[in-house]
Amino acid sequence: MSKTLDTKEVWDILKEIPDPEIPVISIIDLGVVRNVELNGTNAIVTITPTYSGCPAMKQMEDDIVKLLKQKGFESVEVITTYTPAWTTDWLNNEAKERLKQYGIAPPEHSTSDKSILLGKEKKVTCPRCGSIHTQLVSQFGSTACKALYQCKDCLEPFDYFKCI
Amino acid sequence: MTIQEALFNYCLRLGDNSLILSQRLSEWTSHGPFLEEDLALTNIALDMLGQSKSLLDYAGKVEGAGRMEDDLAYFRTEREFYNTLLVEQPNGDYAKTIVRQFLMDAFDLYFYQELTKSKDATLAAIAAKSVKEITYHLRHSSSWVERFGDGTEESHERVQNGLNELWRYTGELFEMNEVDALLIKEGIAVDLTTIQPKWEKTVREVIARSTLKLPEQSFMQSGSRKAVHTEHLGFILAEMQHLARMHPNAKW
Repeated sequence: MSKTLDTKEVWDILKEIPDPEIPVISIIDLGVVRNVELNGTNAIVTITPTYSGCPAMKQMEDDIVKLLKQKGFESVEVITTYTPAWTTDWLNNEAKERLKQYGIAPPEHSTSDKSILLGKEKKVTCPRCGSIHTQLVSQFGSTACKALYQCKDCLEPFDYFKCI
Repeated sequence: MTIQEALFNYCLRLGDNSLILSQRLSEWTSHGPFLEEDLALTNIALDMLGQSKSLLDYAGKVEGAGRMEDDLAYFRTEREFYNTLLVEQPNGDYAKTIVRQFLMDAFDLYFYQELTKSKDATLAAIAAKSVKEITYHLRHSSSWVERFGDGTEESHERVQNGLNELWRYTGELFEMNEVDALLIKEGIAVDLTTIQPKWEKTVREVIARSTLKLPEQSFMQSGSRKAVHTEHLGFILAEMQHLARMHPNAKW
């Protein structure tokens, strides 16, 4: 390694790794990287899964190891943690904006709003035309983290990044 | 029985429940009644597979004999599985699949909510993660029980038949043995007597809303706490384990 990278620089480097399923946001935007620990040329990165069965976790792990080795680290260890459990509250505003431009409606509310547990439906804004006349088609969409909606105005079906 | 042995058995019980139900649900993949439901059941199966991976991984660590989650999933025999009889019952028609899911989701939600308070940090963490997912599963399954029950004459009859067939497997959900006794004393396990009233209340409410009748039969099947299963588990394992046993240690 030409110069020793510090923790902040490693966090910045990890922004280069896209979410394998939603490539417009990075694994940092998504909030799955929880900790970076450096010890000379050794790096330990802690990640947490969005969903228990998220099949993209292994890909993210491989990407982290590959990139940090390219940047000069001799050993890279990726640890998985379950606490605290991942929440959509960790998606930053910039990431939400990029999701919207990509055609995925970002999570509308904080998970501290418990009405979702009582089965009340949320008003989700159509990412294409901005209408709030949308309806839930299915709680489960193309990946574990998304639900399927349809806009009643422009009639487009779209994915909604559901709050957990 | 030591605490370590009890904890190993407890993790298998929970992990096997998720694994076997996930395997059952995945039988619907590409055979669902319509695309959205096909995706829904596949997603739920995936969540449960993830939960089972975490639980069996932990079981292997507790056992300390070097077995990983794949060893536990693919290289145990029927008499070494501790999943509840309900989850191994065949899919039947879609209404029966939904009833089985609803009865289990309601149990899992209250169970894992309680398990988040466990003194075992790993189980508490897995529970907290699972609760978020199961909340969505229960919304899905309970809304379908209601749609079928309060739907056409045929859908009503089918969902009622499913309920009647599966009811005998629900008593076992709340059975406790020396594993529970030992781990409850340590603050690790959930006292199932605290879950039962919550489960019954939810089940009664949804059944009433769905214009269905609670089955009157009182006989309850039992066996899984001793790893005694219905005839169906062997067939599930044969299919699930076939590839791994044909090509042990295969990698891709």
